[in-house]
Amino acid sequence: MSPYDVSDDVIEVVRSPSASPIAGAYRAFGETMRGLKTTFARIIEGPTTIQYPEEKTPVYPRFRGRHRLHRFEDTGLEKCVGCSLCAAACPADCIRVVAAENTPENRVSAGERYAAVYEINLSRCIFCGYCEVACPFDAITMGHDYEMSDYTRSDLIFTKEMLLAEPIERTPLRREGE
Amino acid sequence: MIALAEVNYFEPWWVQIIKSIVIFAVIFAILPILIVYERKLLGRFQARYGPNRVGPFGFLQPMAEIVKFAMKEPFRTSTSIGALYRIAPVISIVTAVAALALIPFGDVQYIFGQRVGLYGIDVSIGPLYVFALAGISFYGVMLGGWASGSKYAFLGAMRGAAQLISYEVSQSLAIVGVVITAQTLSLTGIVHAQEGMWFFIPQFAGFLVYLVASFAETNRAPFDLLEADSEIIGYFTEYGGTAFVAYLFAEYANMIVVSAIAVTIFFGGWLMPFGIDPPGWVDPFVVLAKIFLVFTFFVWVRATLPRLRYDQLMSLGWKILLPLATLNLLVTAIVVAS
Repeated sequence: MSPYDVSDDVIEVVRSPSASPIAGAYRAFGETMRGLKTTFARIIEGPTTIQYPEEKTPVYPRFRGRHRLHRFEDTGLEKCVGCSLCAAACPADCIRVVAAENTPENRVSAGERYAAVYEINLSRCIFCGYCEVACPFDAITMGHDYEMSDYTRSDLIFTKEMLLAEPIERTPLRREGE
Repeated sequence: MIALAEVNYFEPWWVQIIKSIVIFAVIFAILPILIVYERKLLGRFQARYGPNRVGPFGFLQPMAEIVKFAMKEPFRTSTSIGALYRIAPVISIVTAVAALALIPFGDVQYIFGQRVGLYGIDVSIGPLYVFALAGISFYGVMLGGWASGSKYAFLGAMRGAAQLISYEVSQSLAIVGVVITAQTLSLTGIVHAQEGMWFFIPQFAGFLVYLVASFAETNRAPFDLLEADSEIIGYFTEYGGTAFVAYLFAEYANMIVVSAIAVTIFFGGWLMPFGIDPPGWVDPFVVLAKIFLVFTFFVWVRATLPRLRYDQLMSLGWKILLPLATLNLLVTAIVVAS
């Protein structure tokens, strides 16, 4: 005799009762009708497609898109003082800042120094937003533009002039509650 | 000479030729419209637009695709059997087109003082003619799959042949019920027999069986195992370019035929509901509108139901549809005879 009786371990599996053929046919018919109703409801609702090149997906206000540099609205001076804190905070190491002194003849920013060179390599940027957090003067913010494809890598290095300029085409913002 | 079948009404030979050209031209003009209509409707069922880039509202999409297919390099697998491989799509499309001759678009009308029946030919064996052509069209599937010299195409062809044969039985039996009720095999005769009541009411079980079986006969979802586009085991796996287009057109022509037969034998052909009796020239448009509605239902079901497994397909055909069709036939025969 074996060490233990296997038949003790075998228990009956409880299954749900299988439907009779007529009940099964009724159920299949009902489920088919329900499916037809579901697909018909999609026609009534209409397409949810956003036809991309013509319509753009609206973004949330806090969407982190392409960076923008800002000026003071009243004086027109750049907010950036060339402190390189954004470059230090950048985990992808895509920001390059070369600072220069402001002179009375050539006053570019509101502080002592200004960014003579401010470049962001968008092919490396991961859009984490740390630069925005690190900036003490809110000079750099993440904008809303997400259409940044280009043909060469060098075209993706955005200079200060490009970052200061208004975007050519504005990205639609999502309305309240949308 | 012994006539194989009685022809109920026929015109001079030149009217026959003009009629056949007109029917062919109209149906082949409708085919691309149906294709784009199906794709747009399928898109709507899935909450998207469907093709809308080529031409106004995307209606030139099939034209662009045909041009693309025609530009393709003709190729064949090195194991294929040349002649059969070339002739298989031809068989498919010829049988599909030949069945168009049977569709009655209207009664006998006077056109420019000439009596013309608005159908290709009115033979006394109507449905049998359709089944015969459907039987021959299996060769298009089987030869296409076998002559490709590919395991996948062969598998697809075998599955397809089994499917088509098993569903043809139920489909035929469903139609026999109608034939017994109408007591004629002529399709125009069947339409005339429906002047009191369309046959889908007294023959409702037969109608359901015919509908399900015709989904399988035309290789449409949920029975599109013949194509099985997700697992690429279909009889036309090794076809490309215009040969593939021939199969595609044959499928859609078959759908028109099946829809038209359904309209003719279950939905009163050119008859209008509620006793409306329009002038004779409206009849073809009534038939086309009804075909369009049946086709819409085909698309609707395609958008809804997932594909059946092969054994489910077989058991549905042999265990449910065939007994149902036989029972329907028996009951109809008893009711008509008594």
